[in-house]
Amino acid sequence: MPVSLTLLLTAGVLIACGIYLMLERTLSRIVLGFVMLGNGVNLLFIVAAGRPGIPPFEGSGDPEEMSDPLPFAMVLTAIVISLGVTAFGMALSYRAWQLFGHDEVPDDVEDRRVLRRSRRRTGEGEDLSWTQALTEDARRGALRRSQGFGPPPAPEDHDDPLGSDLSGPEDVPWDHTEADEGETPPEPRRRSAARRAPGTGKATGSDAVHGEQDRGGR
Amino acid sequence: MSMELLLALPVMLPLGGAAVTLLLRHHVKVQLWLTILTLVAIVAVALIVGWHVTQESVLVLQIGAWAPQTGIVLVADRLTALMLVVSSVVTLCVLVFSSAQAVSENSERTPVAIYHPTYLALVAGVDMAFLAGDLFNLYVGFEVLLASSYVLLTLGGSASRIRAATTYVIVSLLSSIIFLSGIAMVYAATGTVNMAELAVRLDGLEPGTRMVLELILLVAFAIKAAIFPLSAWLPDSYPTAPAPVTAVFAGLLTKVGIYAILRLETLLFPASQIQNLLLAAAALSLIIGILGAVAQTDLKRVLSFTLVSHMGYMLFGIGMSTKVGMAATIYYVAHHITVQSTMFLAAGLVEHRGGTTNLARLGGLAKVAPVIAVLFFIPAMNLAGIPPFSGFLGKVGLINAGIQYDHPAGWMLIAASVITSLLTLYAIAKIWNRAFWQEPSEDVLENVGPTPKVMTGATTALIGVTLLLTVLAGPLMEYTDAAASSMLERTPYVGAVLGDEAANDLVYRIGEGGERVVEP
Repeated sequence: MPVSLTLLLTAGVLIACGIYLMLERTLSRIVLGFVMLGNGVNLLFIVAAGRPGIPPFEGSGDPEEMSDPLPFAMVLTAIVISLGVTAFGMALSYRAWQLFGHDEVPDDVEDRRVLRRSRRRTGEGEDLSWTQALTEDARRGALRRSQGFGPPPAPEDHDDPLGSDLSGPEDVPWDHTEADEGETPPEPRRRSAARRAPGTGKATGSDAVHGEQDRGGR
Repeated sequence: MSMELLLALPVMLPLGGAAVTLLLRHHVKVQLWLTILTLVAIVAVALIVGWHVTQESVLVLQIGAWAPQTGIVLVADRLTALMLVVSSVVTLCVLVFSSAQAVSENSERTPVAIYHPTYLALVAGVDMAFLAGDLFNLYVGFEVLLASSYVLLTLGGSASRIRAATTYVIVSLLSSIIFLSGIAMVYAATGTVNMAELAVRLDGLEPGTRMVLELILLVAFAIKAAIFPLSAWLPDSYPTAPAPVTAVFAGLLTKVGIYAILRLETLLFPASQIQNLLLAAAALSLIIGILGAVAQTDLKRVLSFTLVSHMGYMLFGIGMSTKVGMAATIYYVAHHITVQSTMFLAAGLVEHRGGTTNLARLGGLAKVAPVIAVLFFIPAMNLAGIPPFSGFLGKVGLINAGIQYDHPAGWMLIAASVITSLLTLYAIAKIWNRAFWQEPSEDVLENVGPTPKVMTGATTALIGVTLLLTVLAGPLMEYTDAAASSMLERTPYVGAVLGDEAANDLVYRIGEGGERVVEP
């Protein structure tokens, strides 16, 4: 089967760009990546259709010279489906923006729980903030500081709704029967101002300092 | 002829019902009854189809009388019919359950108007995936059910649901794209997407090409079925949805993936080189999934992790692809659809009574709500595989098949199965201890609304179905045996769709011991 190199290269570039965009953290970029990826895969169907020929109409010519209509029918269906799904993805990212002020894809709840627990146990590294993802303010603040503009004005103290989530780790008091005996479980749904319950153990002082910095950064 | 026309109904009825219920969105009662009526009709159709396939093996409907190679074909063999019956009964019970929940909770937060049409569209997608006779139609069925599941998962658009749905949507999009590119490659290699014709043509391909095609499709289906390395999305997205939605998702959506893998590993790529890969994935799913379940402190998350874990049982049977293993797998799929949905409905009852599914805030439910305790206890024991329930029978069937398989991988899998069964019991006992024993917690005492009779009734009905699977295990095992042997032979399916001549072109079939046999 002869294959058009142009089509294959275009499909390859589209798929590569699509995958790159899908690895991004914001949902709107992921949706764009999905669109590119979908178009790349649709081109694969056209590659699969084989050599181009005359339009496949009954009686318009020799069937041997016609192009294969089936892949085009499938591509049309796939385009319609990806149109609908893209619309849903954009709506989802708009809703996330309405609710959280950003449309970043949050981390796995379990990952964060495990990571936080292990950090707390070893006492290494910074404690993770209670929110699920960087807020827009935090990112802008980091950008400003990196450019030497000094600390940005402290934003109003708002709780990220992602942090106080239904099935989030914050909601789940810790299991006393397990290995971490003797530690006070954090209160559920803590506000960012009172981040740590008193007596959480090691390094309370430095934690408080860190908490201040954290708030300043947001 | 007329019997074949029935095959269109499980897809047409819910789609039509979805359109009409959408028009009737201002009449909540009418909408509800219409939805229930549609689902009852689908149960009836599924039962008739099921009775018919036992009489004359495979039903084929060529839509628009196109040749099967170019048009859309709907095919129902024994496996499809069993899936249709079980899924339609489960969707009916869950819908009845949800009708009471929508009434009892504050309804402005759950827009019921779109709930029923979307639910019916989901049913249409699931049935279409089961009935699809070509790969592309399977893809469309998947997309219909996924698009509906996106909407159901984000009902109300609250923060937690949007967050949970984001991951789910991205993972599903990716798996759809992988599936689509797999179809494009299959078409490029063979020039067809009809499964019966693919079965003939794929047999003649080079082993390397075959394996690439198989692996691409397997990855796409394994994401949907939440097989271990590709399962991380499930426990994060399912628990936040409303209880009935989670029940349907847990029961059906993953099983659609397993159904696709069953077809892939028998009809399209019989007894392929990747059997050991499947067995390894099965063992990892079993062990890692159940360890996740043991570590959780939220009822719905525990159940989601057991779901991931128990997918390993079904993959175990598919990986062996012996006749006994396949039969046990098909039985296990039917058992697991019902029991997992029942567990999530019971979790919904617990949530309704206790106000939360967080195990640390529950307690004393056995004293306060003995009915819920019983309704939770029976499916829980079934899930853990305590005799005499169907979970025990399915696991015994699989372990028996593993012993007959007599292969190091098989013995490993048997060990993993037994350990998983024990740990499931441990996870269930942990739930029972925290939520049903101990002193009643504040949350439970504050929440004193009566549980609607409809909700307990629907859960009881589903428990009845699981018990029926236990009582009728004998005839059902014969049925799944016949289903498995026709799947391993492959000729009944191909012969029914393309005619006996094409069936003679098949190169391979799967022997009773799971080995690939070259047809003389």
